[in-house]
Amino acid sequence: MTQTRPWVPYLLILPSVAFLALLFIVPLVQTIWLAISDNGAPSLANAQRMVNDINFGRSVQNTFLLTAVVVPVQLAIALAMGTMVAKIAGGRETILWIWTIPLAISDLAAGLVWLSILQNTGYFNSLLFGLGLIERQTSWLSYQTPVALFIAIAIAEIWRGTAIVMVIIVAGLNQVPKEFKEAAEIFGAGPWTRFWRITLPLIRPALQSALILRTVLAFEVFAVVYALGGRNFPVLVGEAYNWQNQNQNYGVAAAYAVLIMVISLAATLVYLKAIKVDPERLP
Amino acid sequence: MANIVIDRIRKNFGSFQALKEISLTINDGEFVSLLGPSGCGKTTLLRIIAGLESATSGDVRIGEKSVIGLPPKDRGLAMVFQNYAVFPHMTVYENVAFGLRMQKVDDARVKKQVEKAAGLLHIEPYLDRYPNKLSGGQRQRVAVARALAVEPKVLLMDEPLSNLDALLRLEMRTELKTVLQSAGTTTIYVTHDQTEAMGLSDRIAVMHNGVVEQVGSPVDVYNHPATRFVGGFIGNPPMNFIKVPVENGRVAAGVQQLVVPDGSASEIVLGLRGEAVELANLPEGMEMKVRVAEPMGSHLLLTGSIHDQPVRVILPASETVRSGDVIGLKLDRNRITWLSPESGKSYPAAAA
Repeated sequence: MTQTRPWVPYLLILPSVAFLALLFIVPLVQTIWLAISDNGAPSLANAQRMVNDINFGRSVQNTFLLTAVVVPVQLAIALAMGTMVAKIAGGRETILWIWTIPLAISDLAAGLVWLSILQNTGYFNSLLFGLGLIERQTSWLSYQTPVALFIAIAIAEIWRGTAIVMVIIVAGLNQVPKEFKEAAEIFGAGPWTRFWRITLPLIRPALQSALILRTVLAFEVFAVVYALGGRNFPVLVGEAYNWQNQNQNYGVAAAYAVLIMVISLAATLVYLKAIKVDPERLP
Repeated sequence: MANIVIDRIRKNFGSFQALKEISLTINDGEFVSLLGPSGCGKTTLLRIIAGLESATSGDVRIGEKSVIGLPPKDRGLAMVFQNYAVFPHMTVYENVAFGLRMQKVDDARVKKQVEKAAGLLHIEPYLDRYPNKLSGGQRQRVAVARALAVEPKVLLMDEPLSNLDALLRLEMRTELKTVLQSAGTTTIYVTHDQTEAMGLSDRIAVMHNGVVEQVGSPVDVYNHPATRFVGGFIGNPPMNFIKVPVENGRVAAGVQQLVVPDGSASEIVLGLRGEAVELANLPEGMEMKVRVAEPMGSHLLLTGSIHDQPVRVILPASETVRSGDVIGLKLDRNRITWLSPESGKSYPAAAA
């Protein structure tokens, strides 16, 4: 059939391509133009204004710091979860189902969940007070407690975003036939050696996908931060949001958006280079 | 080098008895096959010996030392897996070297051992390649080389040839035999393919439903099956089983009077290898109705019935028999196995 009507596949693909072109590429081009123009002429004014803003340095620093802390921890936890659940025979599906619950919660809702725990009148303070560890309400999320605020945001992000990494890792682990681990065991490899020298190299594609996806999402962190820290913890997307809505300056907001995109693309390239997936070296 | 003693091994999966008190001794340097249909417990037994599975009860001793409870790496064995389990992310060299690396052997010795094993299996040209560039047969060689490189006391092989195509399987079988004979390693070989087991083994342990039905040399197991199952499983075509009446301690096969073992009842099962017959004239021979005659080139395969029971016999290619003929057969009385119709067990061979 494809021989006689070669245009059929193209016809079927066309709607999705048209849809994406219309609603993704056009706004993308517009945003880029908005970022690098001023009154219809090419200009770096928006970029300059962005860079010279008092919150720019802090938002870059915060975003990178949060990504640097959250992504490795999430990867480690996901690997541990995936390895543990692989050893379980019964109830595996139920455990995976519970572990993926955070996936179903919107990030703003997740932020609010943690806000209800960590705010001054929240569950965490009630618990500490009940145990006699504190005498009065303690503040964790204010500008005076930047370390506590950072830790709180990191924990909330880890809680919310680990499941997606875990799902990808578990899928990757499922692809590795058990004979590889058994062969390694027979030939004298202990559990750690098996993990580092057999399992990890064999799930490279999953690791790569998980890291790219999670890192890109980490650079786009916003709602959880906004719910917990407000403007006390500026991040890149938060600044874009503020310039767009509070300041009504679309040009600078666009400059932030482009910056985030460039960082995400750069991170993706780094992962593609650093974790090479050679199809020849896969099962 | 070491002998292996399997001492009353049982394995239950829930209420299912996969292995029912298996005892078997494999001598130092011997090649023993565990042969049986799928589900007979042969792979489970192998995995218990390897330490990849635990036994419900019983003992396994390798070189007089009990290995129950020891991890696989402390049992002094190597294994070849059905799907090779050659690590795809390592070169052939690193695959073969893997066991030695785990034992922290110095580089010079690793190189020497790898080259020796690679030489035995003719994989020197591929040492720098990745396994995915290799064919199934070449990967199987890598898996065997990896196992031999550690110079194991015991080599375990789990259906190593079953993923290869028929022609390659035959070639690898011959080669395996050559390599393992020169290595002299005690080997346990799991297979469901009786020709493989016959061709390779010093002795065969035929397994069925978690029990070893018979242990013996290939010739022994072929000619004197201990049970109806063994006779039916080994040989192609399988042994014929014909239930015949006994009169005065004898069975009449045409004019032939066959003496049956003492203690047999009014009926007995005549176990007959397809090739243990000659064509005879009808009144003298045992009557066979030929349903289909298939000239195979090297021989003539006849399918039909004796005493209304299905049989397959093999005659020299020079004989002319056609589908639908009724022929007479003279039986080779030295190659008859008598079996009890009730238990399916054979009577001692001497009685014929």
